[in-house]
Amino acid sequence: MNNRLIKSGIKAFALTSVLALGIAGCASGTTESASTEEETPAAEETTEAASEGLRIAIMPKAINIGYFAAWDEGAQAACEELGASCDYIGPNEATGPAQVQFINQVIQEGYDALVISAADQNAIVPALEEAAAAGITIVTSDADVAAESASARLVSILPSAADRIGTAEVDWVAEEVGEEGSVAILSAAATAANQNVWIAAMGPYLEATYPNMSWVGGSLDSAVFYGDDDATKSVEQFNAILSQYPDVAGIIAPTTVGVLAAAQEKKAKGVDVAVTGLGLPSEMAPYIEDGTIAKVGLWNPIDLGYVAVYAAVLGHNGEFDGAVGASFTAGETTYEVVEGGIAYLGDPFTFTIDNIATFKEIY
Amino acid sequence: MSRLSFSWDKGVALFLVLAVMWGTLVADNFANTSNLAFVLRDVTEFAIIALAMTFLIISGEIDLSVASTLNLASASTGFLFREGLPFEVAMVGGLLVGLACGLFNGFLVTKLGLPSLAVTIATLALYRGLSFALLGNQPVNQLPDFWISIGYGKIPGTFLPWSTIVLVILAAIAWFILHHTRFGRWTFAIGVNAEAAKFSGIPVQRTKMTLFAMTGLMSGVAGIVYTLRFASASPDGAVGFELSIIAATLFGGVSIAGGVGTIWGVLAAVFSLGVIRSALQLSGFSANSLLMVSGGLLLISVIAPRVTEALRNRKPAAAKTNTKKTLREVGNE
Repeated sequence: MNNRLIKSGIKAFALTSVLALGIAGCASGTTESASTEEETPAAEETTEAASEGLRIAIMPKAINIGYFAAWDEGAQAACEELGASCDYIGPNEATGPAQVQFINQVIQEGYDALVISAADQNAIVPALEEAAAAGITIVTSDADVAAESASARLVSILPSAADRIGTAEVDWVAEEVGEEGSVAILSAAATAANQNVWIAAMGPYLEATYPNMSWVGGSLDSAVFYGDDDATKSVEQFNAILSQYPDVAGIIAPTTVGVLAAAQEKKAKGVDVAVTGLGLPSEMAPYIEDGTIAKVGLWNPIDLGYVAVYAAVLGHNGEFDGAVGASFTAGETTYEVVEGGIAYLGDPFTFTIDNIATFKEIY
Repeated sequence: MSRLSFSWDKGVALFLVLAVMWGTLVADNFANTSNLAFVLRDVTEFAIIALAMTFLIISGEIDLSVASTLNLASASTGFLFREGLPFEVAMVGGLLVGLACGLFNGFLVTKLGLPSLAVTIATLALYRGLSFALLGNQPVNQLPDFWISIGYGKIPGTFLPWSTIVLVILAAIAWFILHHTRFGRWTFAIGVNAEAAKFSGIPVQRTKMTLFAMTGLMSGVAGIVYTLRFASASPDGAVGFELSIIAATLFGGVSIAGGVGTIWGVLAAVFSLGVIRSALQLSGFSANSLLMVSGGLLLISVIAPRVTEALRNRKPAAAKTNTKKTLREVGNE
C-alpha cells in the first residue's frame, strides 16, 4: 500500500516536473533569439583595419535580461565602429557553471576575444584561463572575477568604484525618507559579488552619515533579503520585509530585477515605503511617472559594453596591455587602468521624473 | 520480458550513436577531442550520481536530495578548508558528509517507514539550507593549485579530464554490483515486489539503507569533482541537477515503477543528453532554444520508457487494474 503510494507519487512528480520544465522552455523560447551575426562595413581608422574580421563573443550573466540587452547594444555599436563581428551568447540562468558551458563554446569555436560579465567570480576562472591559453583576449565588463584571479583577464571595465554605488543608494533613500527611519535591502543572490560589495559599503556609511536612520532588525546582516534576481522570489522577499518589519521606512534594491518587483508590489499593495535602488529606466518608467518611485539610479550599461569591446579589440591587437597606469580610448573618452586591473566609467546616474522620458527610450 | 527491456537499452545506445553522428553533421566544431573533453567534464557529475540513482530507482525508491547533497559535500569541503584543515582532509570530510546525508535519508525511509519522495524533498531543502549555514554568502576559493589542475586539467598525454578515470572506475564497479552480484539481484527483486522479496529472505530494509548511503556517497564524490572543476565551493551550486539526473536515469531505461534497468543504458542516456546539448550549442542555438529542446527531451525520456513498459506489462497491468476494481467494488458494497 505504502509502496504503491510512493510509486504513484514518484510518477506524478517526475511527470509534473518534466512538464513544467517543458512549458518553461516553451515560454522562454518565444523570446527573440539573441545572436547577432552581421558583418559590419569597414571604417577608416588604423585600429579598424587591424580588427577587421575579429570575432568577439559578448557574454552576459544571462540572456533575456533587459539590462544586458542594453549592454550588448553598446558592445554591438563598438563592434560596428571597429569592423568586428560580435555574437551575443550566454546562458539563461545567471550562474557560473551555466556560463562555463558557453565559455567552452567560445573556445571551441575559436573566437578572438570574449567580453563577459562574470556570473560567478570564482567558478568561471578555470574556464577563462583555458580560454586565455587558447589565445582568446578576455575582458570582463559589468562584473569581474575575484580579485585574486585578476590575471585571468586583460582588464575589467566596471561602472563606478563599488563603494560609491552602495553609498549613493543610501543617499537616495535618505533623501526620500527625510533622513529618518529604518531601511532594508532587497538584494539578488546571496553569492552575487557585486551586490555584496555594494551592501558592505552601505552598512557603515548609513550609520556614519545619517544618525536618525538605521537598518531594520538593528544590523546590516538582518536587513538584507535575497530575491535571487527572480521576479517571483523578489516579490516574496519584499512582502517578507514588510511583514517582519512593518515600520520599515525605505527599501534599497541594488538589482534591476529586485527594484522592479518591489515597485510592482508596492503599487499593487499600495504600501507606504520608499523604494529605490538600481533600475533600468525603461522598466521603471511607469512607476516613476505615476509617482510610485521617486528615484532610481544606474550606470550606463551601453557604455560598459561599448568600452569593453574597445578594450578587447585594442588588447587583441597588442595596442593596450591592461597594466595598471595604461590607458586606452573608446569613442571620445580615455580610460585609465587603476589598481586591480580595473577601468571605471564614472558615478552612478540617476533617473527621476525630470529625465525618465528621455532615458526610457534608450535602455 | 528481458528481451524487450534489452532493446530499450539498445535503443538508447543507438540514440547516442545517432546523436554523435548528427552533431558531427550539423556543427563544425563538434567532432574533436577538445569538445569531447568538454562534454565529458559537463556530464561527469550527472553520470556519477546517476549510477547510484539507477540502483535506487530499480529498488522502487528515489532520492531528490542528490543535488543538495552534492552541494553540501562541496560546501563542507570548502568550509573545512577555510577553517584551516589540509585540503585532502577537507575532501574526505566532504565525502563523509555526503555519506551521512544518504544515511539520514535511508534512516528516515527504512526505520521510520516514510516515503522516500517526501523524505528527500524535505532533505533537498534541508541540505541546501545547511550549505548556506556553513558558508554564509562567502564562497570559498583559492583552493590549492595542484587540486585545481586536477579538477580542470587533463590526464597527461591524453585529452581526457581526470574525472573521467573516477567515472570509469565507479561505472565498472556499479555495473558489476548491479548485474553480477547477489546484492544486485536483491535490488531488482525488491523493486519488482518488496513484499515477495521480504518473504524470500532478502533483507529489504538493510539493502535499501545501503542504497541510500551509496547514493549519498556518490553525490559526495560528485561534489568533490564539482568543487575541483569550478575551483570553488559555493552555497548555491548544482541547483536543479536532480531533475536532469532523474530524467537521464529514466531515459536510460530504468523503470520509475522499479525492477528494471541497466547501468550502461543509463550511462548512454547521460551522454546522449550531453552530446545533444553540445551539438545544439555549437550549431548556434541560443540558451532559450536549448531549454526548449532539453525540456522536450526530458518529456520523451519519461514518456517513452513508460510506454514500452506499459506495452511490456500489458497483461500484468491489466490484472492489477482488475484487482483494484474488485477491491473498489467490494468497498462500495
